[in-house]
Amino acid sequence: MNTISDLIQPVMVARWIFWLMTIITVAGALLAVVPRNIVHNILGLALAMLGVTGIYLFLGSQFVAMMQLLIYVGAICMTYIFAIMLSPPLELELPKRRKVKLITALFVSLITFIVMALMILSTDWGPYADISRDWSIKTLGQQLLTRYFLVFETISLLLAIAIIGAIMIAGLVRRKN
Amino acid sequence: MESLITYLILGALLFCIGIFGILQHSSLIGMLIATELILNGASLNFMAFNMFLTENPATGQLFALFIMGVAAAEAAIALSIVITVYRKFKKIMIDSVSELKG
Repeated sequence: MNTISDLIQPVMVARWIFWLMTIITVAGALLAVVPRNIVHNILGLALAMLGVTGIYLFLGSQFVAMMQLLIYVGAICMTYIFAIMLSPPLELELPKRRKVKLITALFVSLITFIVMALMILSTDWGPYADISRDWSIKTLGQQLLTRYFLVFETISLLLAIAIIGAIMIAGLVRRKN
Repeated sequence: MESLITYLILGALLFCIGIFGILQHSSLIGMLIATELILNGASLNFMAFNMFLTENPATGQLFALFIMGVAAAEAAIALSIVITVYRKFKKIMIDSVSELKG
């Protein structure tokens, strides 16, 4: 009896989804950079983050993938959109795109990419480690609160300082005027 | 799909698209968005090395989490600076905010 997994191999489907996620990531990154409208840029950033989330799933970590979706798409993109909606720089006139700047930027980034790709391809990365390891959230949480406790504390301290700093910079100036 | 090089090339591509965005965009918020792309390229590299090369699978994930925290803090601070700059100059184009150049 033929089932659907005989017709379409699950490995093939996984491979298609991987390349789909790669395409989504690159397309979103280009969309985040090339258009002039800032709202389009933010939506492109959200698309790229969605693709990176899928790639994190392929890299075996559900927790980091969920955090990527929550923090980047849910928090950071929303913060950008709110900052744009609350302050009117959206209605500013766009200056003309300068061709020299564009060509220089393209040249520099292309050279950087070529050098990095050559470096990646020419390095011998050695034998891969054993992939079948414990990736569970429980292990991650235990390590986060024991061996890597400093990381946890530093992130929370950094976020607290950032919140206070953002309020100081953006909020208290308005009261003075 | 199951090789380290694919992920590394993808991370490098994200990084270079981010560099292109920083160099060519003329508004501050556009440059911030490109910075997020650069940070993501870096954390994709960390996750790939974590998957393929390290012994302890928690290190790379924790580093990616740390990068996300730094990115969130950076977005909050930088957006508040952008809002303040807009209040003072009524513009967020980097070419026009040049009072410090003497």
